[in-house]
Order: sequence, then C-alpha cells, then structure tokens
Amino acid sequence: MGLGEMTAAASERARPTATHRAIDAVWRIESARLIAGLARAYGDVGLAEDLAQDALLAALERWPETGIPDRPGAWLMTTAKHRAIDQFRRGQRFRARAEELGRDVEARQEESALDRDPALDALDDDIGDDLLRLIFVACHPVLSSEARVALTLRLRGGLTTDEIARAFLVPEATVAQRIVRAKRTLTAARVPFEVPQGAERTARLSSVLGVIYLVFNEGYAATAGDDLMRPGLCEDAMRLGRILAGLAPEDPEVHGLVALMEIQASRARARVGPTGEPILLLEQDRGRWDHLLIGHGLAALDRAERLGGVLGPYALQAAIAACHARARTAEATDWGRIAALYDALAQTAPSPVVELNRAVAVGMAFGPEAGLELVDQLADEPTLAGYHLLPAVRGDLLERLDRRDEAAEEFHRAASLTRNERERRVLSDRAVTCLESTS
Amino acid sequence: MRVMVIVKANSDSEAGIMPSQELLAAMGAYNEELVAAGVMLAGEGIHPSARGKRVLFSGDRREVVDGPFAETKELLAGFWIWEVASMDDAVEWAKRCPNPAGAESSLELRPVFEMDDFGDEFTPELREREARLVADLAERRDA
Repeated sequence: MGLGEMTAAASERARPTATHRAIDAVWRIESARLIAGLARAYGDVGLAEDLAQDALLAALERWPETGIPDRPGAWLMTTAKHRAIDQFRRGQRFRARAEELGRDVEARQEESALDRDPALDALDDDIGDDLLRLIFVACHPVLSSEARVALTLRLRGGLTTDEIARAFLVPEATVAQRIVRAKRTLTAARVPFEVPQGAERTARLSSVLGVIYLVFNEGYAATAGDDLMRPGLCEDAMRLGRILAGLAPEDPEVHGLVALMEIQASRARARVGPTGEPILLLEQDRGRWDHLLIGHGLAALDRAERLGGVLGPYALQAAIAACHARARTAEATDWGRIAALYDALAQTAPSPVVELNRAVAVGMAFGPEAGLELVDQLADEPTLAGYHLLPAVRGDLLERLDRRDEAAEEFHRAASLTRNERERRVLSDRAVTCLESTS
Repeated sequence: MRVMVIVKANSDSEAGIMPSQELLAAMGAYNEELVAAGVMLAGEGIHPSARGKRVLFSGDRREVVDGPFAETKELLAGFWIWEVASMDDAVEWAKRCPNPAGAESSLELRPVFEMDDFGDEFTPELREREARLVADLAERRDA
C-alpha cells in the first residue's frame, strides 16, 4: 500500500459521519446490557454476542436514514430478539449451536425465546446481576489471558475488534480470531451464564481484577509503540473497575484495585516530560497530578479499608500509592508507613520485586545502611538476575553512603542491563558523576 | 476525556421551587446509572442566584454584587463532570437525562481543558504556584 492510499484510508476512518459516531457512542453505552440480557435469555454468551452484532449491523443500516431512535437500547434489544426468532424458525445456525450446547431446541424456544421478552428483562432490576455474570464469564479460566482481555473489552467495554487491535498493537485478524475462538471455547465447555459461588467466586474475581489491571498497565506502561502511555486503555480499565465496584461493592479488593488505578492515573500528566522522557515520581510536579482522581482513589481506598479484614495486594499497593498522593512535597513522604506497607505486601504477595521496593522504602525511612542490608539479601535472587533496577538501587544507596567507586560500578552495570536508551544514558551519567566527585 | 455538563437555570430553579418528587427520583436513578457506568466524576446542584454573589473587576477595582441576577437563561442550576471516551458518548449520555425542568430546558456540554491545552502560557513558574496551592488544599482537606 502506498503512502497516499494509507493516508486516504486513515482519514476515511478519522472522519466517519456524525450518525456513525453517534451509533458508536450508543454502542459503547448499550452493548453490555444488550449482550448480558440476551445471554441470560438464551444461556450462551457467544450466541448473545452474535445476535447483538447483528442488531448493530441493522442499526448501522437503518439509523443513518431514520435517525437514532429515542430509546436506542430497546430498539437494539427488540431487533436482536427478532433475529433470534428468525434463527429459531430457520433452525440453521441456532440448531447447530443448540446441539453444541446439548440442549433441545424446541424446549428452549418455549422456555425462553418466544414467551419471554428480553427487552423487558433487560430493564428490570436484575440487569446488574447479568452485567456481573458477563464479566465473570469473559474471565473464565478455560480462556487464555489474551482471550479474557479481548473478550472483556469487547463484551463489557463495548470496544470493537479494530479498537482492541490498535490498543494492543496486534493485527485486527488476530483479535478477531481470538474472540471467535474464545466464544467457541465457552460454548464447548458449556460455561453457564452465572457468577460462581464460594472459593470459585474468589478465584474468578481475582481473574477479573487481573484482567482489568492488565488492561490498565498496558495503557499506563505502554510496552511497545511510540507513546509512553495510551490513556484510552487506562480510562477503559478505570471505567471497568468502577463498574465492577458498583456490581460487587462488598469485595474490598475491587475497591483496592479502583483506588490503585485512580491514584496511579492521577500522575499520568506528570510522569512524562516535554520531550517524552519519563519523570520519576519524586521529581514530578505535583501540581500536575489530577486531584479529582486522587480524591476518588482515596475514597475507594477508604471503602476497602472500612470493609475490614486483611488488606489484599491491590488495596496494599493503593495504600502505598496513597502515601505519595497525600504528601504535599516529595520530602514530606511518609517513608516509614510505606516501608510498613511493603512489609505487609511482601507477606501477602511475596515477590523479589516487592522486596526490592521495600528495600528502597527502608533506605528512605531508616537510612541507606538499612536499605543496603536488604538489597544485599537479594543479590543471589535468580529472578532479579539481569534486572537493571537491582544494581541501580544498590548504586543509589552506596552513593548515599559515600562509597562512590562501588556506586559507579553498580550504575555501570545497571546501564548495561537496561533496554531503554534514555534510562541507559541517565545511569551512565550517574556513574560518571560518582567517579568525578571521588577524584 | 472530561466533559463538564452544565444544567441551565430556568424560572422555577431561580424561584427556588424544588423539583417534584418524581423528577428527583428520576434524577437519582439517572445519577446511579452514570456512576454504575463509571462515567460520573462529580455532580452538584446549586442554589438560585438569589443566594449568589458576584465579584466585578474593573482594572484594580473590585465590586461585590449580591444576587439575584437577571439573565436567567445564562445562569446555572447545576453541573456534572463526566469522564467519557468522546464528545459523542457525552451527548448520548446527556440525551438519557430526564428533562431537568419538565418543560423547556437545556444541558450544555463543554470539554474540560487539560493542562497541556494551555501551551506555553502556562509557564513552569505558574505550574509551581498551582502545585503549592493544590498541595495546600490537599493538606487542609486531610487535616
């Protein structure tokens, strides 16, 4: 494809008609309810999604001429329901699908399709339960992590295949394939449209939280591509988190995750410099932090803490983030409390990276000697071998102890390990500075 | 993106006539929907302009004027701050709002400035000052 064609294609996509943009907006607002209502009526998420897509196609055909109806959600539901009835009558795809489900088509026709009106069902009070079921099914353990992410964004976030593909920098066909396979897997495994109970619920909830946080981090840390951050994905994840907090308000970790995301996102504007360079937390301009998000985050953390019990890993990380959010200047940071929270986190969710962070906090709270002691215990940790932040942290502590030759050596090592060019330069400079001040 | 949704005043809201129980219930349900969708960041109703004040600036002079103010249609009765994927999403959400006055009324949707929109006018010194102000506010709130 030549450059001219690419530009033409891009501007085509960039300038859809006003009606199409409005339909996209309606879809983002209505699709989850629609799919959830249909999934409850017909017992199968994959089929529900197909029906909802059919309804969307019908809307894309009709609405540019007729205008958007007053109650677009009800229109989409009625249309989807009619498609379902057509399919029952023709018996084609649905029969095959129903056989996969191992259920009798005739019985299902009677019990759900013809005498129940999903449009009315969707408006009743149970819709919240259906939306929760939808998220839980999309994060079922029979699905791979990538499939869970794609399906959650598609079913609950209302994102199109193309939007998911662009957000994750993979070809659209890959995402489409992932979603098709995921829907088939759910049908084949006869995954019921329900929220599991007991231990299974706890496990599934942690899968749901993991998926949401993964989406958030994909946006926040942008592992590849030109941008350091893709804020759209962060906002999608935060919306999903807030939605989940409304649906499952009794789970402290849901509020913990919401708090963590809101407080982290509050720094989005401050963590990138004018030329795109990353700015470390302690050097950030705190006036650029988003105090509306901080307020929301602190309130969510408060809810998690009020629900009682031992704080989970998300709530603990949120509490650490909150320590920074509450400090009016970097110097005012309560490092003692942060060290204690890392201590708790190391017990709940032990990991060498948490230990390294704990060492940093201890070094800030109780002096470089205490921090160094902890870092040295991590020296032989195999998972940290090749991790540039281990020598970088050690170098920083040694520098503060005025052991400059050793510090320089550590900074050199860190510089050779990082894959980020900007970071490499910063670390090399620090090594040089250490050596200069000794001579 | 963030959008400020402005509820314009009308003669009822300016006269301090409280909305009907029906409208209050419908608004409550709508707000719940906005919260459940993760869209609403803030929202408040405000008293009639009779309880408001204006500070008028003329060069270095300051003059304080008590409400009520005349131009009803330009006055506010309330506002929301929403976080949405686009202005189109905000419009679709706004269309779902119960008619705030029962008769003729309007909502005005305005995208919120991001700090970067200010460009070079917003110098590092101004940022620094805002940082201190914000930190003061945060401290007072936490105290």
